[in-house]
Amino acid sequence: MTEASTIDPTDQQIEKVHTAAIRFAGDSGDGMQVAGARFTDASAIFGNDLSTFPNFPAEIRAPAGTLPGVSSFQVHIADRDILTPGDQPDVLVVMNPAALKANLHDLAPAGTIVANSDAFVDRNLEKAGYDTNPLEDGSLDAYRLLAVPMEELTKKAVEDSGLKGRGVLRSKNFFALGLMAWMFHRPLEPTLQWIDRKFGKDDEVRAANEMAFRAGYHLGETTEMFRHTYAVQPAKLPAGTYTNVTGNQALAWGIIAAGQAARLPVLYASYPITPASEILHELARHRNFGVRTFQAEDEIAAVGAALGASFGGHLGVTGTSGPGVALKSETISLAVMTELPILIIDVQRGGPSTGLPTKTEQADLLMAMYGRHGEAPLPIVAIASPSDAFETTIEAARIALKYMTPVMLMSDGYIATSAEPWRLPDLEDLPDISVKFISEANANGEFLPYLRDEKTLSRPWAVPGTPGLEHRIGGLEKEDGTGNVSYNPANHEKMTMLREQKIGRIAEDIPEIVVDEDEGAEVLVLGWGSSYGAILAGVRRVRAREQKVARVHLRYLNPFPKNLGEVLSRYPKVLVPELNRGHLWRMIRSDFLTDAIRYSKVQGQPLKASEIEAKLMETIES
Amino acid sequence: MTDTTTHSRQDWQSDQEVRWCPGCGDYTILAAVQNFMADLDVEKEDVVFISGIGCAARFPYYMNTYGMHSIHGRAPAIASGLAVARPDLSVWVVSGDGDALSIGGNHFIHALRRNINIKILLFNNQIYGLTKGQYSPTSEQGKRTKSSPWGSIDHPFNPVSLALGAEATFVARTIDMDRLHTQDMLQQAYDHKGSAFIEIYQNCNVFNDKAFIKLTGREEREINRINLEHGKPVVFGPENQWGVVMEQGTARVVDVSAVGIDRIHVHDAEADSPSGAFALTRLSHNPIGPTPVGVFRKVQRPTYETTLQQQIHDAQASRGPGDLSKLIASTGTWTVE
Repeated sequence: MTEASTIDPTDQQIEKVHTAAIRFAGDSGDGMQVAGARFTDASAIFGNDLSTFPNFPAEIRAPAGTLPGVSSFQVHIADRDILTPGDQPDVLVVMNPAALKANLHDLAPAGTIVANSDAFVDRNLEKAGYDTNPLEDGSLDAYRLLAVPMEELTKKAVEDSGLKGRGVLRSKNFFALGLMAWMFHRPLEPTLQWIDRKFGKDDEVRAANEMAFRAGYHLGETTEMFRHTYAVQPAKLPAGTYTNVTGNQALAWGIIAAGQAARLPVLYASYPITPASEILHELARHRNFGVRTFQAEDEIAAVGAALGASFGGHLGVTGTSGPGVALKSETISLAVMTELPILIIDVQRGGPSTGLPTKTEQADLLMAMYGRHGEAPLPIVAIASPSDAFETTIEAARIALKYMTPVMLMSDGYIATSAEPWRLPDLEDLPDISVKFISEANANGEFLPYLRDEKTLSRPWAVPGTPGLEHRIGGLEKEDGTGNVSYNPANHEKMTMLREQKIGRIAEDIPEIVVDEDEGAEVLVLGWGSSYGAILAGVRRVRAREQKVARVHLRYLNPFPKNLGEVLSRYPKVLVPELNRGHLWRMIRSDFLTDAIRYSKVQGQPLKASEIEAKLMETIES
Repeated sequence: MTDTTTHSRQDWQSDQEVRWCPGCGDYTILAAVQNFMADLDVEKEDVVFISGIGCAARFPYYMNTYGMHSIHGRAPAIASGLAVARPDLSVWVVSGDGDALSIGGNHFIHALRRNINIKILLFNNQIYGLTKGQYSPTSEQGKRTKSSPWGSIDHPFNPVSLALGAEATFVARTIDMDRLHTQDMLQQAYDHKGSAFIEIYQNCNVFNDKAFIKLTGREEREINRINLEHGKPVVFGPENQWGVVMEQGTARVVDVSAVGIDRIHVHDAEADSPSGAFALTRLSHNPIGPTPVGVFRKVQRPTYETTLQQQIHDAQASRGPGDLSKLIASTGTWTVE
């Protein structure tokens, strides 16, 4: 918590703070994701800047009360622009001993623990590996401990709801949420309205959740131990209308927007996979936008269907995670050979194999770059944060359509599930990314499907139904111009070069890098993807320590912006932090012979600002 | 689209030289398709042929339509995406026994169950031809090939059984040598609304010659070929002296004179249940004895793309066409001055 000042007008102490990070942790059945998301929405509507980090097990319901079953949701709120969900929570809400055990090591020094004391019984303590009750044995003396019998109080609170039996305790997450709403002066209305919308059809559950929520709030209001509360003022963000988005949601909306900007119908074909499925869910909801969603029988069929739709003149899109990209690889190569536009979304997760399905990683970059047979170059575009997903998706579609090529759009589990405020764009300003289908012969009365545009080197898009342009394409090597099958050695080399040059020319069509730079900085930190927030926050901390640093964050990973080599050459030290073993680091070493410093983290967790800060200081001082 | 005209077979021929082995059954199938299309009320720009890999997969190059020679086994997936996006097109898949049933088995069954309006032609020659002679998923057990010198261990698929198991709405079988019958099956598949599957017994004279001799040999076919006709008793033989009876769901060949014509099974291609048609496919797992050809099943079920279109239509009718500015603000907004 960053302190502003302490005021004590009455007996209630309201401490004004600039930022606070709260983590809700409990069993995966305890509703912690819901509690966190509601706290987030109330904070967004209140006007704080915020960033969230949901962290949940891959199992739907791991055994109750155990460490593997712990699910958590961290939300960072601030009265100014923030970039990460916070390195350490200031307040940790724990619904059982396992949640305490799994999360305590992250809590800020002297942080606050709000514990559901009813769950700290022998059986649960044993499951979590505690010999004695940490709420009583003094082991938490370094923290501010608030033990609350949440189950008993919830039961009492919901007595009049009509709800009976075990269902009663399900509302305890709302009790905890109410308590936090008190402690952080959150408005109640957004949560009450949400409960009404969500449970309106089930009177008893709606009433119980509302009663529990209010009871939590009132407990704070009336209890001595909660008289110390925190006020985080609304943030002074740039003027505009904001909403709170997750990366998957903004990406799905970006796909709809890309179709509109291209004036093409969209077909989104996908096979369910964590953490990309929400894109399919979101698009499937909105049939009235005309988006066709196709839940394919497997990953290969999904990319095949997207390619088929694209052959038919639609914007074909497929979304998946790393294991799915591996399966789609052969069809992506077919799209390279047939030079048809498709968008392939890779919401990366920890690998290899099934790996860490619900955790984040950036270790698919080299697969996106090289993971195909033959010489099969394609553009790679990366999303930096949830609020960046909308625009970057449209940009990826623009490149695919203009250059008639498959494009890899990289996201990851962290971007996909975390949320932050997004200033709504003016849709009037959507770029026009439409392309013209060819409708007439292009070479003296003849139609040549591989006759290229001189500037972009892209081939014409002739869609079935166009009279006179009947033609056959396919995976066999194409003769330059005619597109007929050709095994001619010189032709193969020529076509290989043309495909490569076509992708290379995209560098002329993307913005050059602008360095975020302190005059005289000797260290450049180079990032891509979801490390954007942590790197920028780390850079700010280093600057606050009056050190000089330069920063570049790449959206375009293939081709690179054309001034990247020159920019890298200006700095004696280039630091490349990534959630992998050095993918971008290898790429710039191989392209520019830059002797960059690799900073690698592969724990399934995002980078922290403090980690970047420490590494930058070390690099500056070395 | 231009006015409807009647085409000649030549209109459907592309300028590419046909490069199958001399004597290959694929030539007669190509001729049958081109002949049948010539009489269709469809323009060639509205027809798309999609294939995977294998000898048969060369087919799109020889049709003067839109086409894609894609990758091994994936043609039904690509065709599905195309047909869902563009229900106005006539989309055809040309495949082989390896392409459709081995590497592409998954796409094959799912395309059929979804009832997407695509027509799948399976050129079954019971061998891998393009890779020069390995056993295929339809090769008979014990077959000696380069990859099975001791005899193939694999139990083969019966493609028609498989298609019926996947609840395809149109399932037929024909023979390359019989062009008129092939054209009749093509016409019925074209007229059918939904996925249509035709198994075409296709002779590979290089690697598996005479695999279908029991159905194509002058004498053999007289006693083995069972022509299925909807609503008619299933009888065959030079004098129609043999017939098929159903006993507890199993089809059995009998002498008609021994049981009487009234006991002979009457073929119902339009039956809701695929069980009767399935029983007929079990008369011969491989075509080495009496084997039915013709339409096994032809039933109506809403197609995938029309249902999807309907959902889009209904959603637009009830919610209005999508408004992106409302959508991106739909989860709650706040304003910063």
